[in-house]
Amino acid sequence: MADFLQFAFSGLTVGAIYALVALGFTIIYNASDVVNFAQGEFVMIGGMVTVFAYAAGLPLPVAALLAVIVAVFVGLALEWLAIEPARDAPPVTLIIITIGASIFLRGLAQVVFDKQFHSLPAFSGDEPIRIGGAALLPQSFWVLGSAIVIFLALYAFFNHTLTGKAVLATAANRFAARLVGINTTFVMALSFAVSAAIGAIAGVLVTPITLTSYDVGTLLALKGFASAMLGGMGNPIGAVIGGLLVGLLEAFGAGYINSEYKDAIAFLVILGVLFVMPQGLFGRSHTERV
Amino acid sequence: MLTIENLTSGYGRIEAVKGVDIHVEKGEIVTLVGANGAGKTTLLRAISGVQPITGGRILFEGEDISRLKPHQRVARAIAQVPEGRQVFGPLTIEDNLRLGAYRRNGKNSARYLERIYSIFPVLKARRNSIAGGLSGGQQQMLAIGRALMSGPKLLLLDEPSMGLAPILVDQILEAVKVMRAEGATVFLVEQNAFAALSIADRGYVIETGKIAFSGNARDLLEDERVKSAYLGL
Ligand SMILES: Nc1ncnc2c1ncn2[C@@H]1O[C@H](COP(=O)(O)OP(=O)(O)O)[C@@H](O)[C@H]1O
Ligand SMILES: [Mg+2]
Repeated sequence: MADFLQFAFSGLTVGAIYALVALGFTIIYNASDVVNFAQGEFVMIGGMVTVFAYAAGLPLPVAALLAVIVAVFVGLALEWLAIEPARDAPPVTLIIITIGASIFLRGLAQVVFDKQFHSLPAFSGDEPIRIGGAALLPQSFWVLGSAIVIFLALYAFFNHTLTGKAVLATAANRFAARLVGINTTFVMALSFAVSAAIGAIAGVLVTPITLTSYDVGTLLALKGFASAMLGGMGNPIGAVIGGLLVGLLEAFGAGYINSEYKDAIAFLVILGVLFVMPQGLFGRSHTERV
Repeated sequence: MLTIENLTSGYGRIEAVKGVDIHVEKGEIVTLVGANGAGKTTLLRAISGVQPITGGRILFEGEDISRLKPHQRVARAIAQVPEGRQVFGPLTIEDNLRLGAYRRNGKNSARYLERIYSIFPVLKARRNSIAGGLSGGQQQMLAIGRALMSGPKLLLLDEPSMGLAPILVDQILEAVKVMRAEGATVFLVEQNAFAALSIADRGYVIETGKIAFSGNARDLLEDERVKSAYLGL
């Protein structure tokens, strides 16, 4: 029972990070049909900028805020310089552009920062909290709590503001969105900015647990993408559930089967699900997206 | 109010609109009729700025709007009800309507909503349903309502009667007359020439991208060329 709790809790913690990355994919995908493989680099930027700003003497919250701002600028620059000029290119081209951008950002991070692993102090210390025999890190509560706040904020934005609905409208029918006067270029920029911010926050939150380095984005993008696919690309609720499921699969796979195969176990299950349900667990059918 | 001068537009090498001149005065209902593929939709899209033009000008209230972005044209109070309705399927009826008021940041939505619900009561009854679940006729009402939410000075309608039962066509055309009475200027594109000409002041006939002839709506209804080609008489 203690083991089970331990695995479940660490699975949910990592899963919450995957869910945030998957949400980043979802928001950009909905606004622009672009699958942004540079999503993981936002997480890296969040962690790395915070580490270096903190080391330079800034208080942790200020360093974190700075990191989020840097990530937002990088997201906007990516959209302006790489995506917008290729707006009418086929989706495959856009995906390749984002992969290129991701490689570029990783290279840039190697130069600007370094190739070492870095950590940050946990926000509320390292003293584990014991619940039912399991030892839980306080930082995990920060991750889960922040993820919940972000989910709720996004939910409120999309359901209770006209700008949020304009993003949904653009996702549903870009052509009609332009006809009602929605500036779809702005919506694209906004979606990149929001995704970058979410990614960076995830990076700040997770660094005290998993460390960070210039190349943490690669695997996170893969996991986040897999989560989004599992949940059904384009569905925000699906992204959250997909992320949590992948996190739990990994944790239980590592705990009960073999920690060396935890990634393989997770991907096998995802492949299995997608084989049976190509649209993902909560995917909409393609005919609905005209 | 709207002056189109020598407008050309197309798709790659295909020229769909080949030097069209049209003018619409404030308060008029003007219709553009023509067969399928004549270039009507291309022209309307060009007016809204969602279709690039290759030549000519579009003037609205004396201002050249040819280079403006679509949202800047909506900001000048030009609204379009596009061909095939194009509602936001996954969103509710009421959200679709509220988005129509996007150019005003949603201000005064309640007043406009009330007005639209009184014209199309069925939309009010289903206000919280998903737009994608509506019938074709109801979606057409929604598309019109969404355009009206912006408080348009100029309303562009692209074949609002397409695929609708005659009784619904009458209801839609009746609504168009109400809009004009409330101060909107209407540019109505139709294949259903008889219905369009019977509510319009003036009409243009477009054939393969060019205006073939134009005139008073009543005269066009009597015109032998129109009768044989478009009214099936
Ligand atoms: N997306 C498109 N790509 C290429 N050709 C098009 C496209 N849309 C319309 N056309 C062509 O442009 C011409 C005018 O079409 P359209 O403006 O839709 O006519 P209408 O609305 O009068 O039926 C037609 O010959 C049509 O085949
Ligand atoms: Mg047409």
